[in-house]
Amino acid sequence: MTMADHKTNKDQRYDRQLRLWGDHGQEALENAHVCLVNAAASGTEILKNLVLPGIGAFTIVDGHRVSGEDVGNNFFLSSDSVGKNRAQATTELLQELNTDVSGNFVEENPDRLLDNDPEFFHRFSLVIAVQLEESTCLRLGSVLWNAAVPFLVCRTYGLVGYMRLVVREHTVVESHPDNALEDLRLDQPFPELTNHITSYDLDNMEKKHDFQLPRNYKEKEAFRQLLREGIRKNENGTPEEEENFDEAIKNVNTALNPSKIPTAVEDLFNAEQCENITSQSPAFWVMVRAVRDFVQAEGRGSLPVRGTIPDMIADSDKFISLQNVYRERALQDAAAVSRHVESHLQAVGKVCKNAAFLRVVHCRALVEEYGVDTVHKDEITSCMDNPDSEMVLYLMLRSVDCFYQQHSRYPGVYNYQVEDDIVRLKLCVHSLLQEYGLTVNVKDDYVHEFCRYGAAEPHTVAAFMGGAAAQEAIKLITHQFVPFNNTFIYNAMAQTSATFQL
Amino acid sequence: MLRAGCRMALDVGSSGDWDGRWRHVQKFLERSGPFTHPDFEPSEETLQFLLETCKILVIGAGGLGCELLKNLALSGFRHIHVVDMDTIDVSNLNRQFLFRSKDVGHPKAEVAADFINSRVPGCHVVPHFKKIQEFDESFYRQFHIIVCGLDSIIARRWMNGMLLSLLVYDDGVLDPSSIIPLIDGGTEGFKGNARVILPGMTACIDCTLELYPPQINFPMCTIASMPRLPEHCIEYARILQWPKEKPFGDGVALDGDNPEHIHWVFQKSLERAAEFNIIGVTYRLTQGVVKRIIPAVASTNAVIAAACATEVFKIATSAYVPLNNYLVFNDVDGLYTYTFEAERKENCSACSQVPQKLQFPPSAKLQEVLEYLTENASLQMKSPAITATLEGKNKTLYLQTVASIEEKTRPNLCKTLKELGLADGQELAVADVTTPQTVLFKLNFTS
Repeated sequence: MTMADHKTNKDQRYDRQLRLWGDHGQEALENAHVCLVNAAASGTEILKNLVLPGIGAFTIVDGHRVSGEDVGNNFFLSSDSVGKNRAQATTELLQELNTDVSGNFVEENPDRLLDNDPEFFHRFSLVIAVQLEESTCLRLGSVLWNAAVPFLVCRTYGLVGYMRLVVREHTVVESHPDNALEDLRLDQPFPELTNHITSYDLDNMEKKHDFQLPRNYKEKEAFRQLLREGIRKNENGTPEEEENFDEAIKNVNTALNPSKIPTAVEDLFNAEQCENITSQSPAFWVMVRAVRDFVQAEGRGSLPVRGTIPDMIADSDKFISLQNVYRERALQDAAAVSRHVESHLQAVGKVCKNAAFLRVVHCRALVEEYGVDTVHKDEITSCMDNPDSEMVLYLMLRSVDCFYQQHSRYPGVYNYQVEDDIVRLKLCVHSLLQEYGLTVNVKDDYVHEFCRYGAAEPHTVAAFMGGAAAQEAIKLITHQFVPFNNTFIYNAMAQTSATFQL
Repeated sequence: MLRAGCRMALDVGSSGDWDGRWRHVQKFLERSGPFTHPDFEPSEETLQFLLETCKILVIGAGGLGCELLKNLALSGFRHIHVVDMDTIDVSNLNRQFLFRSKDVGHPKAEVAADFINSRVPGCHVVPHFKKIQEFDESFYRQFHIIVCGLDSIIARRWMNGMLLSLLVYDDGVLDPSSIIPLIDGGTEGFKGNARVILPGMTACIDCTLELYPPQINFPMCTIASMPRLPEHCIEYARILQWPKEKPFGDGVALDGDNPEHIHWVFQKSLERAAEFNIIGVTYRLTQGVVKRIIPAVASTNAVIAAACATEVFKIATSAYVPLNNYLVFNDVDGLYTYTFEAERKENCSACSQVPQKLQFPPSAKLQEVLEYLTENASLQMKSPAITATLEGKNKTLYLQTVASIEEKTRPNLCKTLKELGLADGQELAVADVTTPQTVLFKLNFTS
């Protein structure tokens, strides 16, 4: 197959996802190298959902040997994998999914790697750890935080799924919001727009309301009435059917929204990283600063014009020429922003078009979540006002980790252990709550349930988390769409979920 | 019996099982717990039921179907049938992981079944390379639970109607043993939903028809004389130019999967766009518009199929109370789920026993009745065929799906209900692709 053939084949294969994140998103994906620690079912399900869309490369770190139990819930192990190294066995079957992807494995316990070669982890775009004991997880988290490598923790524990994102700063240029308002600038028309509009007969508005747009319901009703009066009438005085006027009247509420700078973007402008631009500044912050400079100068308080307008009922010519007025202004604004930028940046156009949707995500380090002085007590306590909130599942996961620390095993793995472990686990819950000074009530039912789980990893829950985590990984790699911040809990019993900032 | 941590070479018993194989599942079947279903009793027999007796039907072997088969197989289900009328396409490979490049062109159901059967020893997936409509009640009745991963609302409604037709009522009381639970999943880009339907008891597909987003169809006048968007140019080529110019011969329909056809539409769209100074017509956009392509990724399908499979497990084992009854998922911005109980519609045309009414003046034309059946939000029929009993005989008033009958009955559309000989209180039987059973309507004349 020639290079060209290969490219067309890839375009066809990835067509359905290219329509979501574009060729540039796909490129970012193909240049990424992801590390998975532990090839348990949750982990291989995540990787499956990264290999299929064409991640550049993956490396599995796992020192375990495959058990009969592993083969039972893991699609990427077969009956003759038992006894083999789990990293190797799963790599083979994952690799087979997509020959464009490069699969690697390291037969090693992550603790050993952290002892002997912590810098091993610096090379990855993202590290994902599943079913990892708390102590190793915290160690790994620390190494990755210092190296500014994004870290995604994921686990399946019985019918509960858990994900934690640990990234210092993640910037998003294309957040692709679902229901964004349009950028028509009707309240602050730029000169070219005013000139274009005055070629139509619409001078009544300006004269009667001091050049202000309708602000409240009463004024908007009056404005609608004005529009209705504008409809042509026939000889009998009956208004004609004019679709474009109907459309205008219907859109009065949303089209006349004030062109304000969103709070999220104001926060970016006020951020320290925007204020202090150095030669070390990431491109994102340089561009944000350039946009801020534009707002204060050529923009006269407004962001660069987006340049797109919604489809509306009109003649082709009139629509196209109106669209071009906005489009040309957007190009001019982008050029002005460029001039504010010192270093070489290809993405200015995209940043301008998305200026209102720029987002930044900051996640707290694990040490802060776990620290007695820095724990988010209020968040935990207020969620627990409802004792069946998903927060109780988080507290139970922390408690089984305490149990593991004390007993070197998880509670209730074998039938004969269940009854006694309920008592032991309850003690762990109490000591955890006491350590953090949390006056909340954890119902006995949850202690019983978590013993019942016996650290099982049912495939359907692992598969759910596999899909959820993989998409967050793709968001991190492509810098498109907004990742969660920072703890996600899935309750497969009730089919509910929640996101907390811990 | 559970044996502690055996790491010897695999000892595959006669049932194809090895030590520890079902340990992850067993904890939910053999231990009591505080959140189990009221009917649940811990037992070693439940696992045997899953492995040996329980029969599941999976509809669709595509994005959701592949995930469902894997999930069910690894949860202990061994007797699974899968129905899919499609063959494999290259664009499926980014998410339908049971297929490889070499499988392109082969039936999805068959390739999927082979893959699962070889990867998961003991699992016996039976494929059916057929349309769901090719099976009757005797086929569907054999399953304990049916789970759908379909990409068509029409097919969903048909399946829904089929299971409703299996319900047995004794003296007006529903016989619970005639209920076959239907788990339905759907995805679109980063959005998805999963729902549990207990036919005759909970909201059915038709009860919530209004939840489905309407398809985007541009007004004809825009396409014909006032295009503004590149999509308008593409629809012009597809709807107006193709039938007129017949570029590949008489009677050759536009095939979205034929690159030559798409290329033709693409070129014509570019010409149209140039006429109106419209930018943005690309090959990808052309294909998307012609084929009404819905973007898709592996991750969303993984999430929704997993939720569905969890529900199948709960219902088959009574391990937990099932989802009641609708889950919505969206991971565009963080991860969002919403769970609620969809309510039954009192006069649902599919599942309520309420007779459906048609209110029209006797001077109304049959055409108006046809339009009502297709445009009404709660009915949304596609190509209804209307019959009535006149002078003791069954008469077809209008039928679209067979060309010769369509031609013969077309004049009836312009006739009034009175002219057609219909009386007040008369029953009309309507058949449509959206339901396996005819729907009976009572005609009430208004003044």
